Amino acid sequence: MAPAPSPTHSAVTLNVNGEKYTLTVDHRTTLLDALRERLDLTGTKKGCDQGQCGACTVLLDGRRAVSCLHLAVAAEGREITTIEGVADGERLHPVQQAFLDFDGYQCGYCTPGQICSAIAVIEEHAAGWPSAVTDDVGPEAGPAPLTADEIRERMSGNLCRCGAYVSIVQAVARAAAVQAETGEAAEAVA
Amino acid sequence: MTTTTTGTTNGTTTARGSVGTAHTRVEGRDKVTGAARYAGEIPFAGLAHGWLALSTVTRGRVRSVETAPVLGMPGVLTVLHHENAPRLDSDYVGLLGVPPDPSAALFQHDRVPHRGWPVALVVAETSEQAREAAEALVVHYEQEPHDVAFSAGRPDAYPVDGHMPAVAEKGDLESALATSTVVVDAEYTTPEEHHNPMEPHAATAHWDGGRLEVVDSNQGTTWVAGDLAKLFSLDPASVRVRSEHVGGGFGSKGIRAHQVAAVMAATVLQRPVRVVMTRRQMFSLAGYRSPTTQRVRLGADAQGRLRALEHRCLNITSTVREFVEPGAAPARVMYDADAHHTANRVVRLDVPTPTWMRAPGEAPGSFALEAALDELAEKCGIDPIELRARNEPERGPVSGLPFSSRNLLTCFREGARRFGWADRDPRPGLRRDGRWLLGTGTAAASFPAGAGPSTAGLTAEPDGTFTVRIAASDIGTGARTALTLVAADALGVAPDRVRVRIGDSDFGPAMIAGGSMGTRSWSWAVTIAADELRERLALGADIPPAGITVRSDTTEAIGALAKKERHSFGAQFAEVAVDVTTGEVRVRRMLGIFAAGRVVNPLTARSQFLGGMIWGISMALHEEAVRDPASGGHVGADLAGYHVATHADVPLIEADWIDDPDPDDPVGIKGIGEIGIVGAAAAIANAVWHATGVRHRSLPIRPDRVLSAGTGAAHA
Repeated sequence: MAPAPSPTHSAVTLNVNGEKYTLTVDHRTTLLDALRERLDLTGTKKGCDQGQCGACTVLLDGRRAVSCLHLAVAAEGREITTIEGVADGERLHPVQQAFLDFDGYQCGYCTPGQICSAIAVIEEHAAGWPSAVTDDVGPEAGPAPLTADEIRERMSGNLCRCGAYVSIVQAVARAAAVQAETGEAAEAVA
Repeated sequence: MTTTTTGTTNGTTTARGSVGTAHTRVEGRDKVTGAARYAGEIPFAGLAHGWLALSTVTRGRVRSVETAPVLGMPGVLTVLHHENAPRLDSDYVGLLGVPPDPSAALFQHDRVPHRGWPVALVVAETSEQAREAAEALVVHYEQEPHDVAFSAGRPDAYPVDGHMPAVAEKGDLESALATSTVVVDAEYTTPEEHHNPMEPHAATAHWDGGRLEVVDSNQGTTWVAGDLAKLFSLDPASVRVRSEHVGGGFGSKGIRAHQVAAVMAATVLQRPVRVVMTRRQMFSLAGYRSPTTQRVRLGADAQGRLRALEHRCLNITSTVREFVEPGAAPARVMYDADAHHTANRVVRLDVPTPTWMRAPGEAPGSFALEAALDELAEKCGIDPIELRARNEPERGPVSGLPFSSRNLLTCFREGARRFGWADRDPRPGLRRDGRWLLGTGTAAASFPAGAGPSTAGLTAEPDGTFTVRIAASDIGTGARTALTLVAADALGVAPDRVRVRIGDSDFGPAMIAGGSMGTRSWSWAVTIAADELRERLALGADIPPAGITVRSDTTEAIGALAKKERHSFGAQFAEVAVDVTTGEVRVRRMLGIFAAGRVVNPLTARSQFLGGMIWGISMALHEEAVRDPASGGHVGADLAGYHVATHADVPLIEADWIDDPDPDDPVGIKGIGEIGIVGAAAAIANAVWHATGVRHRSLPIRPDRVLSAGTGAAHA
């Protein structure tokens, strides 16, 4: 049932994975619920609904964001990328392939968020962003290597209760290496 | 990384190379692309959304529920509560030999036995409407004084049997202690811990042509279907529960309030209704591991041989159900002594009912027991591994039964070699790396190896493929993939010719994913079915269009197993760094070596062992649900207030295993879901002592505890 615009509802156009969807949403609807309940894009997961677990991580204009803390009405005009949009057709994104190969998951529920986060982590690192464990953040330092500790620190917003962290770190490192080799670093973050 | 077992079996099957070889998960592509749909993600036409309202008092009665204002809110369809809800029959014993959790018997009376007790369900057209209405619902209570204070000295504690006798005693404990050369007498505590699977509990119920269909997230579809049939007094054949993908369970996903709420509302409204727990609601509705206080007394001769062993464990339970967390269980398996006393007791408080959580009993019990062994090793001046070697029992210390296999010392030897244990200086507080004090620790692990009766269907399709149908549940264990490999070997075909369908109660009764018994129990049923199907196919029969299907049932085979001490074993090693000026404890490396039966899929098995060990890190350093005695509720009941280990807490840890096929299992499996956590927290606590010289006997080892404890007298 598609409600009409009203004082509590607005029409909004969401740009998700390169497609435009126009729908009328309750102003209380989070981007996460709009994706899952209205657009049937259920790959984005709801783990806590309050920004604490990272399961709902998507890319907003190329940067990772927890979609449970964004309202759908405020996402208009943003480029939204979800787990359903990161593969190149049938060809998995290198991060997806590495999670599959290294068994970087168990139950799979945090996985879409981990993968979206990892894609952005690799780009953030390639763009020279430091993290809390980067030793030298001086202007002359240049990009630090993407060590296991760097990956762990940068991925710590994504909880995995099954405890697949060891394999996830290996998968992210492999995907970063693959992307560096193939020059497939995708669009750099702003 | 691993040995490939070619199989000691009953002679019914021989390995053909799939079992024991690494395979990526058969549903892996669906999980990494977001195509895998979990329980709350299956679309239904005309779906309504239910939102549970929970009590805001800790003890008392519901005086009234003001439904009228809420029923006038936009989209609200109904409000169910104790005065208008369908009647339930909760007076039964379910598949696992226990009654349903009291909070699943929704809205049957006005009593409130704990904070967060479900008092109403609001159903509306959208989840936003349902949530707002549930939060606006006014419930009046008659409040009574409550008691949630847990301590070792509770005079109202009493022994409870649970799945094992509460008390087991042999020998004269006091005289054995009095004549021991070395005595350890220590009290240990573990906090309230919550499963927190990443996927919250979710169920959608609807009636379809006279059948109740429930799409749910659970650890056993026939388990939940059977409970729903009993609760609603339905013909079991008229209830179908499906659970294709499950986002973690760890013991929390059985029959719970959300399924019952969804079925009630779907019945009343005659349309599909979905109920999803919020993360906060899970803290009072999804079960939890009880806190424990444990006293361990060990008496040994000068050579470290145990003469007296006492392990007493106390846990909390609710006023409406007895649940025992049998922390004294490991002592009955691990070590013998002339005087051997163990007891599990409970105290009833105004709290939710605890439940099984990954390695129930063994997880908290092994912390106390294995930490006490480390203290004994220190007092005796004996290496902790050597101490355990001197106390290896020949038979079950309490049962007197032989062990089916016990490769504990092989695990210790292999682990010690790989961890570099031989070079360890046993003295505490000596190693420094900048601001960090360094230490290493070890501990033993064990967990029962069991199997539950299961049925399976196996179809030879006309196109040369095979379809397995079994009400198994893959909660992240890799069961779907493991069963594919087991079936492939049992049929003598490549795994790509086998399709495994799980998570559907229509496939017949089966063991749940729990107790480290899932994959073993289901594999057994699949193996038996495959044996029979091969015989049928060997007769050269043409396969009709519908295929040839055989069914198996392992009830008899499992019932015929000889009584033995059947367990997996393991050795845990940890190195920690402790900064006593900030209180920070970091795990630098861990190694777990396990003797846990034949490993079906090395890739996913490693993940499961590592996951268990990470639970050990989490238990040792992070997890603690804090209950406020004044309100009776939790402080910070969410993932910001309740800390689980995250990426930055987990170093490169390693898990491996030795060849240890179960001699009485057709595939050689023992089960690996739980043993990874057992002993892990003790190894870390023992390493913290080795680093600092201070015994931390209360988990988690929080910064404030480290700060106030300092480095002990010898190094102050």
